[in-house]
Amino acid sequence: MESTKKLELKQLLLEKQKQEPAHPVREKILQMSSEVVDSNPYSRLMALKRMGIVDNYEKIRDFTVAVVGIGGVGSVTAEMLTRCGIGKLLLFDYDKVELANMNRLFFQPHQAGLSKVEAAANTLTFINPDVTVETYNYNITTVDNFQDFINGISSHGSLSGGPVDLVLSCVDNFEARMAINSACNELNLCWFESGVSENAVSGHIQFIMPGETACFACAPPLVVASNIDEKTLKKDGVCAASLPTTMGIVAGFLVQNTLKYLLGFGQVSYYLGYNALTDFFPTMHLRPNPACDDSFCQQRQDEVKARPPKEQESGRDTSFDDKEVTHEDNEWGICLVDETDPSELEVDKNLGQGLVAGVKAAYSIPSSAAPEVDTNQVDTSGVSLDDLMAQMKAM
Amino acid sequence: MVDEATKKSLTCIPVLKTKAGPRDKDLWVQRLKEEYQALIQYVQNNKGADNDWFRLESNKEGTRWFGKCWYIHNLLKYEFDIEFDIPVTYPATAPEIALPELDGKTAKMYRGGKICLTDHFKPLWARNVPKFGIAHAMALGLGPWLAVEIPDMIEKGVISYKEKTEG
Ligand SMILES: [Zn+2]
Repeated sequence: MESTKKLELKQLLLEKQKQEPAHPVREKILQMSSEVVDSNPYSRLMALKRMGIVDNYEKIRDFTVAVVGIGGVGSVTAEMLTRCGIGKLLLFDYDKVELANMNRLFFQPHQAGLSKVEAAANTLTFINPDVTVETYNYNITTVDNFQDFINGISSHGSLSGGPVDLVLSCVDNFEARMAINSACNELNLCWFESGVSENAVSGHIQFIMPGETACFACAPPLVVASNIDEKTLKKDGVCAASLPTTMGIVAGFLVQNTLKYLLGFGQVSYYLGYNALTDFFPTMHLRPNPACDDSFCQQRQDEVKARPPKEQESGRDTSFDDKEVTHEDNEWGICLVDETDPSELEVDKNLGQGLVAGVKAAYSIPSSAAPEVDTNQVDTSGVSLDDLMAQMKAM
Repeated sequence: MVDEATKKSLTCIPVLKTKAGPRDKDLWVQRLKEEYQALIQYVQNNKGADNDWFRLESNKEGTRWFGKCWYIHNLLKYEFDIEFDIPVTYPATAPEIALPELDGKTAKMYRGGKICLTDHFKPLWARNVPKFGIAHAMALGLGPWLAVEIPDMIEKGVISYKEKTEG
């Protein structure tokens, strides 16, 4: 298993620098300064402090974020966090860079053939050598890799020696999302799920705090309705389309909410959808399903219920309240938060899950209360696995 | 929806009982027995219907599966290797069946040669957890995929017939 290829890269870069002195290489910076000079890459970020938006911007260097899936959304996400000066990034992906990826941002044609995590670590370290980057080049959904994934994001993963501060799911498939969901429920880690639809014209992010919000297994996957008649949607001959625009927008939403969560400013969105065809952005808050199939989700829900009421829904800070944030002396009377037409936000009662209009479940699952009699059921009494394996092999 | 032939072969596969994934130790062994039993029944059904089209086996943990499938087109038999891992979230999520040698030859595939399933597959699978197993994934996923994609690929000339020594 290939993992933790730490920064031999930096060494390589330094050597490269000696050979090619014409290319300037950004040196490490020990402390973030707010001094506004050409040579300070952090001056505009530290200005957020002076403007009173963020109290403690330099704290960003203490945080460790795991990015799972380094594709069209994940690579841009990792780049944004790198430019923001995040402390440490853990990158997970098993894919290689292909020329077919060049309709997306971040990767370049000369990187074709490299593993995505390796190519990304290279670029990211070059952009900002202050960020520690660890790469994990494997598929997290298989049994052995999943255990390594759990170890990587929990015990020793972060700069502080504890679990990572946040997991960002930027994967493109249901299996990997469910794997991240079970890991985070088990470890009690907060994470953001993100996604872009296969027709490339909608996307979403979803913040999941185990036990406090709906987990990814609490309900069938949610989709932002694109208002395209399914019958007219031609899927013959292709699996998926993609646009750098939609992916970039979703990555932007994801990192914006990551910064708000980590640095404790503004309001973190629990669910933020994006319909590219109508520029519609539904938001909502989903409660966990008490009958969730994931036993760790249920366990986390019980823990939340057992907590004193004040602590509930606390998160890292108090900015999760559904309060309306309006600017104090807002002379134009602009409401900064809720720009969605209230009529569009009316909850669709038929959905019964508190889903906001414009978002629907990808499919429905009948309640397990209705018992079905299966006449044709396996009966394994009295047979051993070895016998069955042998029988299958002999066929 | 699902075509009649698929529906029929699906209903003849016994359904599974144990909801367990590869991280569930003893329960997984029980599930694995059920998987094998359903697969054996399905292959027998296929043979009986003169439509024998795949073989599968697994490592001893039952986490990695491999085998062959074949498709008859104009009296010629086209054969392909199958492989897939059982995801940790199985059976809540279906296995992603792959035909690695066809990777890059058709757009109806994801990276690594994983077949691109119809929109019907996932809802149907989700509604039938834990009753559907590998045999159902083959009948509902790979079977219909081969029937559509292989003739198309032969016609386009991206795959050609290879003489096989063994029958
Ligand atoms: Zn849940």
